[in-house]
Amino acid sequence: MFSFQHRARRGLALTAFAAGTALALSACSGGDDAGSDGGDAGGGGSEEAASITFLPKSLGNPYFDTSNAGGADAVEELGGTFEEVGPSEASPTSQVSFIETAAQQGVDALVVSANDPEAICDALNEARDVGVAVVTFDSDTNPECRDLFVNQATAEGIAQAQVDLITEQIDDSGQIAILSASANATNQNAWIELMEAELDANHPDVELVEVAYGDDDDQTSFDKTAALLQTYPELEGIVSPTTVGIAAAARYLSTSEYQGEVALTGLGTPNQMREYVEDGTVEAFALWNPADLGYLSAYAANALATGEISGEAGDTFEAGELGSYEVDEEGTVLLGDPFVFDADNIGDFDF
Amino acid sequence: MTTTATTPTHPVLAGLGRLIRARETGIAIAIVAVVTLATVLNPSFLFSNDGFRDLLLTPSLLMVVAIGQAIVIITRNVDLSVGSVVGLTAYLTGTLFVQVPGLPIVVVFVAGIALGAVLGLINGALVAFAKVPALVITLGTMYIYRGINVAWTGSDRINASDMPASFRGLGTDTVLGLPVLTLLALVVLVYAAWHLRNLRSGRELYAIGSDPAAAQLYGLRVTRRVLAAFVVSGSAAGLAGVLYAARYGTVSSNAGFGWELEAIGAAVIGGVAIFGGVGTVWGAALGAFLLLTINRALPIIGVDDFWQRAVVGVLIIGAIVLDRIAAQRQHRRLVAQREETR
Repeated sequence: MFSFQHRARRGLALTAFAAGTALALSACSGGDDAGSDGGDAGGGGSEEAASITFLPKSLGNPYFDTSNAGGADAVEELGGTFEEVGPSEASPTSQVSFIETAAQQGVDALVVSANDPEAICDALNEARDVGVAVVTFDSDTNPECRDLFVNQATAEGIAQAQVDLITEQIDDSGQIAILSASANATNQNAWIELMEAELDANHPDVELVEVAYGDDDDQTSFDKTAALLQTYPELEGIVSPTTVGIAAAARYLSTSEYQGEVALTGLGTPNQMREYVEDGTVEAFALWNPADLGYLSAYAANALATGEISGEAGDTFEAGELGSYEVDEEGTVLLGDPFVFDADNIGDFDF
Repeated sequence: MTTTATTPTHPVLAGLGRLIRARETGIAIAIVAVVTLATVLNPSFLFSNDGFRDLLLTPSLLMVVAIGQAIVIITRNVDLSVGSVVGLTAYLTGTLFVQVPGLPIVVVFVAGIALGAVLGLINGALVAFAKVPALVITLGTMYIYRGINVAWTGSDRINASDMPASFRGLGTDTVLGLPVLTLLALVVLVYAAWHLRNLRSGRELYAIGSDPAAAQLYGLRVTRRVLAAFVVSGSAAGLAGVLYAARYGTVSSNAGFGWELEAIGAAVIGGVAIFGGVGTVWGAALGAFLLLTINRALPIIGVDDFWQRAVVGVLIIGAIVLDRIAAQRQHRRLVAQREETR
């Protein structure tokens, strides 16, 4: 019995030693890689394709499926290796362990959509310290925690598009409500603030009565929609700037006495909204092309990882079929203006 | 011979007294109060098509899960995996419709309940045979089932257009003014309540929960009964998963996330003692009704989004305090009775 315990303990010690050595070795080789990469880029400009890991807010969200597919296409064009990891639910700290794992694996670049601007900062900075290029897309972190942010559209552009859509559908007067994702989602809050400002400035007859939070969960968003309709009998329209929210709201509206009475718009994907556009629940909604967003993010990540750009304002890089892009202030790259989907064009899209 | 002596033992009055003192009655009164308050503030809470339908429809799914949970808790166990079971069966439902177009709806129901039963059987077997506390076992299977769900679903998602309209219709259809889902939940409730009250296999669950060791010594088949309770809980969660797909129309890998805690909360609020042996499925079902109706009423009453969860917490703690006070009172009464008879 004693000898067994003894052996077991020695075995443990050996394992610990081996693990320590492996860590030290990998740290060394990581350093070597970084050096040789830098040398290549500086020397002949021969770009070595990077290994790029995509980390969406959560898996199972079709929006990120499409953006990641776009990213995978770009990585394939570049000849690099693509990987996709992510938590099953979008909570502020759920991404930390995935960032740490990617850093330990020594990937060249990490493309992240942040669930929280602060919570993953430390993990991202630790990854950057070991030479991982960090690109945020869709939802940014604080600027000091990443190298580049690929912006799907300016917040102003998105807010403007949604205000235009809803005010047009309710004839520019009446009560509206917003169905958002989680209360601390960076992008949602920025859009909502700008929408409020735009409504105040140019739509005096439109009153925003409530911002509800559906937590990007089908069931919660569905129940919140019911609550909004119940609470505000005079409600004319709902804006949901999240793909999960707008689909859940449309599902509730389509089976409710308010179908066709209460306008619904926001940001959605054509496949999820097709049914509701065709049955008249939803007139029009907006989005950029998430595949393009993922595609651009992958090119940006590759340009960073290969040393082609450093993320300074004024840097330019080529993004395959999307053309040339320039880095703006605070290390952001802008994809373009939002796109409006309606009954006439929804058939042309499949994502 | 005097009337005062006979009145307390009169069966109708005694029954009435029990009814007034019953926890279920308290919950029912709370529900009526919440609904009345919300309706006064906003008549459409009750007096509109959507309002009346949602009042009955929203709690139906949680009611089914809470009934299963209550049966497990009565045996002094707990099933933390029910939320994950709901997620798996909801996704199975959608997948069946995608893979086998034209599949009869009944088959999908049977498949969902069967998968739930199998998952419940795994829980039950681990708890009953491995003699590890259910809290630990089902905490493990909660993560395992959810993990399987995420691995299986991957980045896929069931959209409304993937499921036939007749199936989705179940989520909103009504019969004689009552939603189909609510009727289904009521059937489950009435049967479970009858079984627990009148059948030996139901009564023994209370004996096991009150004192597992004594039940064993007395010769009750504890292992078998506990196993059965977990299978029932799994099946109920499986049924709820199928209904989830019908009602919400979209299913992703986080369907049913957090339901286990809501179900336990519903059972506790409804007077099912967390240490087993006490409570009814009526209580658990009413607890689920109260929990979700309060959730719907709070925005109307004007309570901020962020405070709504806190209110649920207060409700659970309040229910436990109430249980404690009732238990102490009864203890004092029993002590007093013993002193009198001495």
